[in-house]
Amino acid sequence: MNAPDRIAALQGMGESRLRKEDARFIQGKGNYVDDIKMPGMLHMDIVRSPYAHARIKSIDKSAALAIPGVHAVLTADDLKPLKLHWMPTLAGDVAAVLADEKVHFQMQEVAIVVADDRYIAADAIEAVVVEYEELPPVVDPYEALKPGAPVIRDDLAGKTTGAHGPRDHHNHIFTWEAGDKAAADAAFANAPVTVSEHIYYPRVHPCPLETCGCVASFDAVRGDLTTFITSQAPHVVRTVVSLLSGIPESKVRIVSPDIGGGFGNKVGIYPGYVCAIVASIVLGRPVKWVEDRIENISTTAFARDYHMDGELAATADGKILGLRVNVLADHGAFDACADPTKYPAGMFHICSGSYDIAAAHCSVKGVYTNKAPGGVAYRCSFRVTEAVYLIERMVDVLAQKLGMDKADIREKNFIRKEQFPYTSAFGFEYDSGDYPTALKKVLDVVDYAGLRAEQKARRADPGAPTLMGIGLVTFTEVVGAGPSKMCDILGVGMFDSCEIRIHPTGSAIARMGTITQGQGHQTTYAQIIATELGIPSEIIQVEEGDTSTAPYGLGTYGSRSTPVAGAAIALAARKIHAKARKIAAHLLEVGENDLDWEIDRFKVKGDDAKFKSMKDIAWASYNSPPPGLEPGLEAVHYYDPPNFTFPFGIYLCVVDIDRATGETKVRRFYALDDCGVRINPMIIEGQIHGGLTEGYAVAMGQQMPYDAQGNLLGNTLMDYFLPTAVETPHWETDFTVTPSPHHPLGAKGVAESPHVGSIPAFTSAVVDAFAHLGVTQMTMPHNSYRVWQQLQASGVAL
Amino acid sequence: MTKKLVAVKVNGSLVEKAVEPRTLLIHFLREECNLTGAHIGCETSHCGACTVDVDGRSVKSCTHLAVQCEGSDVRTVEGLAKGGVLHAVQQAFYQEHGLQCGFCTPGMLMRAYRFLQENPAPTEPEVRAGISGNLCRCTGYQNIVNAVLLAADLLQQTADLATKEVA
Repeated sequence: MNAPDRIAALQGMGESRLRKEDARFIQGKGNYVDDIKMPGMLHMDIVRSPYAHARIKSIDKSAALAIPGVHAVLTADDLKPLKLHWMPTLAGDVAAVLADEKVHFQMQEVAIVVADDRYIAADAIEAVVVEYEELPPVVDPYEALKPGAPVIRDDLAGKTTGAHGPRDHHNHIFTWEAGDKAAADAAFANAPVTVSEHIYYPRVHPCPLETCGCVASFDAVRGDLTTFITSQAPHVVRTVVSLLSGIPESKVRIVSPDIGGGFGNKVGIYPGYVCAIVASIVLGRPVKWVEDRIENISTTAFARDYHMDGELAATADGKILGLRVNVLADHGAFDACADPTKYPAGMFHICSGSYDIAAAHCSVKGVYTNKAPGGVAYRCSFRVTEAVYLIERMVDVLAQKLGMDKADIREKNFIRKEQFPYTSAFGFEYDSGDYPTALKKVLDVVDYAGLRAEQKARRADPGAPTLMGIGLVTFTEVVGAGPSKMCDILGVGMFDSCEIRIHPTGSAIARMGTITQGQGHQTTYAQIIATELGIPSEIIQVEEGDTSTAPYGLGTYGSRSTPVAGAAIALAARKIHAKARKIAAHLLEVGENDLDWEIDRFKVKGDDAKFKSMKDIAWASYNSPPPGLEPGLEAVHYYDPPNFTFPFGIYLCVVDIDRATGETKVRRFYALDDCGVRINPMIIEGQIHGGLTEGYAVAMGQQMPYDAQGNLLGNTLMDYFLPTAVETPHWETDFTVTPSPHHPLGAKGVAESPHVGSIPAFTSAVVDAFAHLGVTQMTMPHNSYRVWQQLQASGVAL
Repeated sequence: MTKKLVAVKVNGSLVEKAVEPRTLLIHFLREECNLTGAHIGCETSHCGACTVDVDGRSVKSCTHLAVQCEGSDVRTVEGLAKGGVLHAVQQAFYQEHGLQCGFCTPGMLMRAYRFLQENPAPTEPEVRAGISGNLCRCTGYQNIVNAVLLAADLLQQTADLATKEVA
């Protein structure tokens, strides 16, 4: 075969290789948690609180226990002797596993029932009688911090210090700051122009199509615990389960099988998992728990709920001089955010965005309310969506105040190409970027000037049936958490890992610390190895999710799989490559330096006929390794990244708003992403389509509305907006490639950019439709009713 | 609870089982027939992950009782491929990258299978409307729509070939 054919045969980096995982999914042979059946398996269901805040006066299990087929009813009192009625959260707080004396949010777990099948369990939870004494609920986070506000967490009485510093109120969790306050204040004091805006980012839910669940199986004879679980971080679950249960980590096996979408919903460790494990230990039988959709939306992992006050200081011609941000973060009843330990507001301090801002400060105050815990990164790196929304909205607001075009003001404030690596006022070191080139590309493709001319004409026509809005976002993310000197989860550094074994006949297996939930790891990881080692990706098996076989890794979320695990793959492969070179030199009887690597073989310099392919070398490694070299061909690499990666994108959105109905039609959405070096363009494009659609859902329809009593008013798919194929716009995608200089492959991660970047783009477009009427801010979601209200308020409704 | 005998043809084979009258079709298929392709996403008929074909119609099996299927002909994703050859909708979803996590896929495929019999030559908006009872959280639908359009072409080619052979 000639060189191009040999490259094509590998199906390596850069190829739009069709997905290896599809065969099982299109034939109904996926293996999701609810598909798992074990001999003697029982089913668990959960009794939940109807109240947001109440004292539990009594729990009567007798009627439930009398139902044939019911094996156990457990409450907090039953877990107390095991010290499992409370559990630590990833954020340094504790959370009730089952409500201990009082309930803190509606739908909180109060008791569990274990029965022969799911129907009996569902009957039995109705038969558990719980008597409550209602307490005044705290729903508004601003009210929560008033002096006389009801105490939400009785268990924290007298604790003036939390995991992240001093607490100055009984409902206060932490106050976290970044940047230089004095410098920012000085920038504002002297600035010719300042703008400020209050921006609420509503509480939403990631809502993957598969809910959370597990099958826990404790073998009392062996003392082993195996749990199949919908987890984006199975190794972390193993460590936590071991710490909680006292079972040695070597006897705990956590398996994430196929996962039906995660989007941050499956990072946390939920009471249901812990209860199923306890039930299995108590009953000596496997126990399955799978939450239903209402439980999923109500209790496991909300996202956002940030009340943000942003301010920009600038020169009269639009050069930004300073940024100040104050956030009130509603964390619900327990601080169960999934962030690196040292960062209770995640990477919110990426909120200076793509702009060269000399002085900046942000402060985030976390507060308890009587709502479900969570605060996960819904298809984004920790709190990056909130940060990007904040800065992109603020730049629009500044442009409006100055009468500048939103493209011009961005271009004027961009970090220039030659400034990279660029240290932001918040201390991030941006690895690489070329924002002006990407912006120009987008503006040219969409004919931005033409769009603005069209908009001008539309605005001049009083009878036009629609308003036209143009949204523009030029965002930068921080992903790939992260360097272990900065990032850890429960003290474990956020490295990731890969183990590669080459078999004697030349095929290979790679085991990873990450876990795919639809991202196509089995396809793309094999492509990296194929290119690094010259083995066709078709014969490279990728395994993830089983802690008994995979090396320890921190899992898949925050766009960390390619930036962290992808690097681990490359470096493990390079260890094998180095050994293979020694073997090839031995076989060819030349020095290592006399060899050139070419696609899939080492060849003797200047003699194409003398070579050893990786297949030859694999065989030789098992029977004739060079003297002094151990047999076999495998390597493990644990990759601790030196820095985060900083993908960026330019998104442009055009909407037409019906002046009679408030209906917003997305006429055009153009998304240019730069994720550095691209491994599988087909998969990247698919990820972008999906992220844009989730962004569309958040911006245009998703919210978790609570009434004054703390009742969640939208917790089914009747109310909670998941767009269908009909509403979903058509997406246009594009790219530039600015490699990450510190990543072994130059890759940066991509799957979350479209969610992070598109949400402010939709808002930017909708607000832009009203910008000539003086509107600077509209709160998401921009559903027809809300937009219609704005049409009324602005006097332009038809 | 008293059980009731139900006889259903599932993917061409007769299945007879005693089930509680309240047993949902999705649980009958998954628990009794060990056909775990169809999934449970919402249990309220909104997401379509449980879509199967019953007597020539797309049915959301999470809100359909097994006893309602007495004498019915049920087809699930496991019954799409024939003799090891993928059905055109399966082939098209693979080629067009019409799936990611795979959880909606069996329902989506079964809906596409039925939709293309209802409308063998659809336009893009017709495809979007035709699959609007099935939610996908991963793909943004664009590649699913492309896959259904490709499947329509593949099925048409097969039909044309069959017509030629007969002629």
